[in-house]
Amino acid sequence: MNSTLIEQDVLARALGEAMARGGEFAEVFVEDRTTSSAMLDQRRVEQLSSGHDRGAGIRVVVGDTTGFAHTADLTESGLVAAARAAAAVARDGGGGVREIALGPLHDNPSRATILPGDVDKARKIELMNHADDAARSEGSSITQVQVALGDSTRHFVVANSDGLFAGDHQVRTRFNVSCIATGDTGMQTGYRPIAGTRGFELLSAEAVADAARGAARQAITKLDARPAPSGDLPVVLAGGSGGILFHEACGHGLEADAILKQASVYAGKVGQLVASPLVTLVDDGTVEGEWGYLAIDDEGRPGARNVLIENGILTDYMWDYLRSRKEGRVSSGNGRRQSYQHLPMVRMTNTYLLEGDSDADEIVAQTPYGVYVAQLGGGQVNTATGDFVFGMTAAFMIEDGKITAPLRDCNLIGNGPDVLQRVDAVASDFSMTPGTCGKNGQSVPVGTGQATMRLTRVTIGGAAA
Amino acid sequence: MSQLLELAERILESAHGGEEIEVYVASGVDTEVQSYQGEVEELTTATSNGFGIRILNDGAGGARVGTAWAGSLDDEAIENALREARDNATFATEDEFVAFARPDGVAAVSLTLTDDAVASTSLDEKIAMAIELERLVRSGDPRIRQVDSANYSDYVAEAAIASTTGIRASYARTGAYVSVEAIANDGGEDQTGWGLSAGRAPGDLDIERAAADAIRRATRMLGAVKPKSFKCTAVFDPRTAATLFSIIGGALSGEAVVRGRSFFANRVGEMVAVPSFTLLDDPTDSRHFSASVYDAEGLACRRNVLIEKGELKAFVYDTVSARRAGTASTGSAVRGGIAGSPSAGCRALQLAPGDIDQAEIFRRVGNGVFVESLIGVHSGVNPVSGDFSVGVTGLMIRDGQLAEPVREITVASTLQRMLLDVAYVGSDLEWLPGSAAGQTVAIDNIAVSGV
Repeated sequence: MNSTLIEQDVLARALGEAMARGGEFAEVFVEDRTTSSAMLDQRRVEQLSSGHDRGAGIRVVVGDTTGFAHTADLTESGLVAAARAAAAVARDGGGGVREIALGPLHDNPSRATILPGDVDKARKIELMNHADDAARSEGSSITQVQVALGDSTRHFVVANSDGLFAGDHQVRTRFNVSCIATGDTGMQTGYRPIAGTRGFELLSAEAVADAARGAARQAITKLDARPAPSGDLPVVLAGGSGGILFHEACGHGLEADAILKQASVYAGKVGQLVASPLVTLVDDGTVEGEWGYLAIDDEGRPGARNVLIENGILTDYMWDYLRSRKEGRVSSGNGRRQSYQHLPMVRMTNTYLLEGDSDADEIVAQTPYGVYVAQLGGGQVNTATGDFVFGMTAAFMIEDGKITAPLRDCNLIGNGPDVLQRVDAVASDFSMTPGTCGKNGQSVPVGTGQATMRLTRVTIGGAAA
Repeated sequence: MSQLLELAERILESAHGGEEIEVYVASGVDTEVQSYQGEVEELTTATSNGFGIRILNDGAGGARVGTAWAGSLDDEAIENALREARDNATFATEDEFVAFARPDGVAAVSLTLTDDAVASTSLDEKIAMAIELERLVRSGDPRIRQVDSANYSDYVAEAAIASTTGIRASYARTGAYVSVEAIANDGGEDQTGWGLSAGRAPGDLDIERAAADAIRRATRMLGAVKPKSFKCTAVFDPRTAATLFSIIGGALSGEAVVRGRSFFANRVGEMVAVPSFTLLDDPTDSRHFSASVYDAEGLACRRNVLIEKGELKAFVYDTVSARRAGTASTGSAVRGGIAGSPSAGCRALQLAPGDIDQAEIFRRVGNGVFVESLIGVHSGVNPVSGDFSVGVTGLMIRDGQLAEPVREITVASTLQRMLLDVAYVGSDLEWLPGSAAGQTVAIDNIAVSGV
């Protein structure tokens, strides 16, 4: 891949064109992305696919209006045409083509040590087969194993009318194992992901076998699962995927686009106690190697560690360029976009709860009756009301302080501000989980994390009487 | 012949001896307007195009397929993709069931799925629709505190599919949508409601109705309470019922069935639902927004009856899943754009309407819960085990009438059970964007989780 994705003077001229009708701010985002994916399904190698996408997205801001156009034509004439389309929102302005001076490119090399393009496809298939073997070794009730491996190499440069000129090289690798166990009661599923902003070095034979065995055990365990209870109970969330709780319960509600539109229950609450004092929540794009890591965001701002809630007190929201400009402050490095075909907006990176000093086993032992959630599968929130759900994909009853019967999949439901108050224990066994976050039709990779923790009560949406 | 089909045919000329090639080419023009406080907040205009190539090699133990795609149509991208797809094929496992579609003699129906008005309507008129939608919501009820987003969007999409196995298909589609989310407030409490209207052209859109829908849904949720957990009959409105049908449609995919991932597997001929339940997938019905002349492998779309009077009749198949099942494609290949490979799926589900309206269903149900919106469908439904648990807002039904609003609850059952617990099917069929139309449906024995 040519490291000069596009010539600097072409970018400068496109920006000048974008500002010609009186724009107050213009930005050109040029992206080149190569992806590959492979699927091993029931020991058959299927769907080896390679993809390549490149193009530019140009936006022009005038007052509170943003014009946006994108093109796959990276010639100067292609960019100028897109710049004019984006500038069409600046109706009254004039002044002609502006001269934009860009500083030297501030580029960020990838930290991946084994680039996806350098990996033999046969080696990828060998790893997938290894995972398949490991999953099936857990028991004959494993009737199906599906292994997916994907990687992407994303190179972008972003330049704007303030003279910013920055680039990033993001290499991401993902490996998922899905298993189905079959028993007298039907089929049950197990799933484990491994994902990081890293190269192929992420995937050791041990790591993929571990994930495969975990997915298989999860499916087998659920064969004995009974319907989850229905109603309010104490809930202990195991470290790792429980972080999705904070992503949904308050993360989306702390994004400045929802705040500025007064469409979040957390609007106007900076400085107030919004959570249990045990809650210190951080969004952190700088955690190298994690799924939500970024050297710079998609607007060229360096990734940052931002404390959102400290000891229960709301300290700040997450910001992108547009929203921070309105408030006369700087972006927090949370401006992200799915691709050059999308406008950036405020998004999370790696969002995690700082660990506490309780002991994970003690927390369970001190819970007479409740639900232990070993793995969460995703969630959704209505930021305006704060109501959110998150799905449990591996869970058990807690009876007399002990983890007992496995439970069938269901959603848990709560209200963000209420649930944040109900955190009454946080352990020290911190870990992180990768996920894909969807918002307004755009998907971006994010990390979530926490240590084992307890909520005094949450509504379990099971089907049991 | 369409330009896209010409390009696809030209790519086929690159086929080496002994290999088959299938090319899918797509292009689109999109416009999106977002209004906020009476001004354009975002205006997006975009043209995009790209292609996906599959190359198939026959071997002693079956065929192997490799795939590549690119988001442009230049010669370099095509050359690279051909090379990558060819290379990818060498790593696939030989599989006797893998094949490309071949013309099957089923004639494509003639449908009008485009409207020139999408292209000929001025940008100013489109902007005016988004702004008017927002104004109608803001001025429609004093309790509306905020309109988070009021959007107009439209597209003109074209695609072509050609293969060395004889497939030649090209088609076009246009669409226009408005959607709006309203936030209502009363005494410090916020509730949201969402309205939409969809059609093939801007003139099809009913902006007043979308606005009224958003206002009604937001304002009547004010004062919502969280009830105690209980079991009852849940009445799904047309929108949420359509979501339910889409999930059931996923389990009726021949792909899920032959891979042993559907609770419907091996049950053809059994009563899987109540006798009032007849579900069909019919992309040839042009009233569906997702209607289509051809499937994603270039075979003619057709009407498939999946569940008839409660009896499981058939699944939908693409070429490969049909071969695995020992049957023929039902013209039901779908694909997720240029980067996706074809698989079997429903496009245009429709439940045969019943003969009573929503008000009559409330009367007959007597007491239960009316479900108006769902959250957490992706996290709370397991299509393999059938476990179903989703977050809900809606209203209680008491003595046959809508009563107080409820929130922060889930409704749960299993998909298998829900089909057998359908109590009433409404006559109020509504055409909606997505892969299913919807109408009011009442389902018994639903566990509602609250306090």
